[in-house]
Amino acid sequence: MNPMNSKKTPLTFDTIEPGTGLAAALKKSRADIIGEVAASNLRGRGGAGFPTGTKWNLAAAAGVREGGTKYVVCNADEGEPGTFKDRVLLLDYADLVFEGMTIAARAIGATKGILYLRGEYVYMRPHLDGVLDRRRKAGQLGADILGTAGFTFDIEIRMGAGAYVCGEETALIESLEGHRGEPRNRPPFPVNTGFMGQPTVVNNVETLASVAAILSKGAAWFKTFGTEKSAGFKLFSVSGDCDEPGVYEFPLGITVAELLQKVGGPNAKAVQIGGASGHCVPASGFGRKLAFEDIATGGSIIVFAPGRDMLHVAKNFMEFFVEESCGQCTPCRAGNAVLLEGIEKLERGACSTAYLQELLALSETMQLASKCGLGQSSPNAFVSIVTHFQDEILGRAASVAAQ
Amino acid sequence: MLVSQQQKLQDEIHELVGRHGRSRAALMPVLQELQQTYSSVSDFAMQVVADEIGIHPAEVYGVVSFYAFLHHEPRGRFQVRLCQTISCDLAGKSRVARQLENELGITFGETTADGRFSLEWASCLGMCDQGPALLVNERVYTKVTPDQVHAVLDDCRKVFGAHAAQPVHA
Repeated sequence: MNPMNSKKTPLTFDTIEPGTGLAAALKKSRADIIGEVAASNLRGRGGAGFPTGTKWNLAAAAGVREGGTKYVVCNADEGEPGTFKDRVLLLDYADLVFEGMTIAARAIGATKGILYLRGEYVYMRPHLDGVLDRRRKAGQLGADILGTAGFTFDIEIRMGAGAYVCGEETALIESLEGHRGEPRNRPPFPVNTGFMGQPTVVNNVETLASVAAILSKGAAWFKTFGTEKSAGFKLFSVSGDCDEPGVYEFPLGITVAELLQKVGGPNAKAVQIGGASGHCVPASGFGRKLAFEDIATGGSIIVFAPGRDMLHVAKNFMEFFVEESCGQCTPCRAGNAVLLEGIEKLERGACSTAYLQELLALSETMQLASKCGLGQSSPNAFVSIVTHFQDEILGRAASVAAQ
Repeated sequence: MLVSQQQKLQDEIHELVGRHGRSRAALMPVLQELQQTYSSVSDFAMQVVADEIGIHPAEVYGVVSFYAFLHHEPRGRFQVRLCQTISCDLAGKSRVARQLENELGITFGETTADGRFSLEWASCLGMCDQGPALLVNERVYTKVTPDQVHAVLDDCRKVFGAHAAQPVHA
C-alpha cells in the first residue's frame, strides 16, 4: 500500500490482528476499557505524554450539553519537522487507528469521530475514505457496531490547510469549527469543552493505534516493553545524516547512542530530538534515554554529521517558527522574530556575548509567557545549540557567514 | 468577472454550503473545495460564502489569510511547494529550489505570467527520510534532484492545451 517504503524495523503493529482489539473492548464495560488503557500506562504518543487513561476518564465523566454528543478526534496533523511515523501508520495501519478511535468512543460514550488530516497528506484521502467505507460495510462503524445494541459511532475526515499550530489540540478544534487556528486558553480542557463546546478526546494517531494493540493483547503485555515510567514501544522518525533514515520501532528507554548505532549514524555530532520544538543533544549526551523520564519525544530524530553548521540548523528552525507562529500572543509572535534576527547577527559574526545573554533571557520569557506549546518550546533548539556549541557560533568570520 | 460567471459561482457555493452544512464548522471544507477548483478564493467568493453561512466577510477573510493552503490572491493552476525544513535542507533542497526558479522563471512566492505555476516554500511535508520533497497540488515527489525538476514540471504541462479550461485536481 505504501509506495514510500519507510519502515526499517518490523513493527509490533504487524502482529495485531485488526478487529481483535475492538472485539475485546466490546466485551468489557466502559469503565473496564478505560481501566485497561490506564493500567497499560500508555502516554500520549504525540510528544506531550499525557496519560491516555486519565484523559479518557475525564471525558467519560464530563457531561454533554443539550442536543449534542461527545467527540473523538484523531490528531493526524503531523507537522513537527522530522516526524513522519503517522504517514506510515495511516497508509499501512489505518484499520488499527480507526479501531482505536472506535474503542475510545465506546469508552467515553462518543457518537462522532473526526480524523483531522494535515493538508500536506491530502494524497492519503482516497485510501482512508476507502478504509472507512469498508469498515462501515463490515459493521465496524455506524449503528449497533458489531451487534452491540445502542453503540453508534462514525468517523469523518476533515482536512487541515497547512498550519503547524493546528497540531495543538485547541487550535485544531478552532480549525474544525471554521476559525483561524489560534489556540484557546486552557482550562477549560477539550475533555470538558472541546469541539462545539462538547467533551472531546483528542489523541495522536500512534496513541490510538496503540490502544487497539493494548485491548487486543492486554495491558500486562504492553508493559513488557519499555521502562517502568514509560511503558510500551514507540515509533521513531529518523532523518538527516544517517545511513538508513526511516521509521523504526524501539522500546521506550533506548539510549541515543543505541539508536544511532541501529540507524547507521554512530559518528554524529549532534541529534535533534523532538523536532524543531525539541532539544539538540550533543555527543556528550548520547547516553541519555528516550523516555518520558529523560528526554520525552514524539519520535522525531534528526541526525547531524560532524561537518554540519549548527547555527544554520538553529536558523532553519527559527525561520520555521517565525512562519508558523499564529501571531496571537506577543512572546511568540515577536520573540521568534527577534531570535531570528539574533541568529542572523551571529551569522555575520556581529553578536556580543552580552547580547547573546539577552537572547537567552528572551527565550526564557517566551518559554514562560507564551500561550501555547508552540511559543513555549520554539526557543528550545536555539537555547540548546547556543549552550552546547557556543565556541562554534561566536566570532564567526564574514567568510563563514557568506557560506 | 462576468455576471454569468458570478451567478455560476454563487450557485456553486450555494450547493457547497448545502452539502457541508449551513454552519460555521462547514467553512473550512467549503473554502478548501473553492481553493481546489479555482486555485484561490476571490473577494467575491468570500462575500458569497459569508452571506450563505451568515457571518461577516471579514471573518472569512481572516480564515483564508490564516492558512498556508488557502489563497486570497490568484495562484497558478499548479502549486509547486518545496519543503524548506531541516531534513530536506540537509538533503540538498537549495539546489532544487534554484533549478525550480530557473525552469519557471519566477522566484518563490510568485506565479508565472501564464497563470500555470506558483512556486512556494512549504513547512515540513512529512517526507523527511526521502528529501528533498516536493508537493505539486496533491502529488508528492521525493528525493528530487535538480536534473529531475524539468520532467516534474513537464508532467504538469501535459494537462494544458485541449483541456486547459478544465479545473485541475491532480
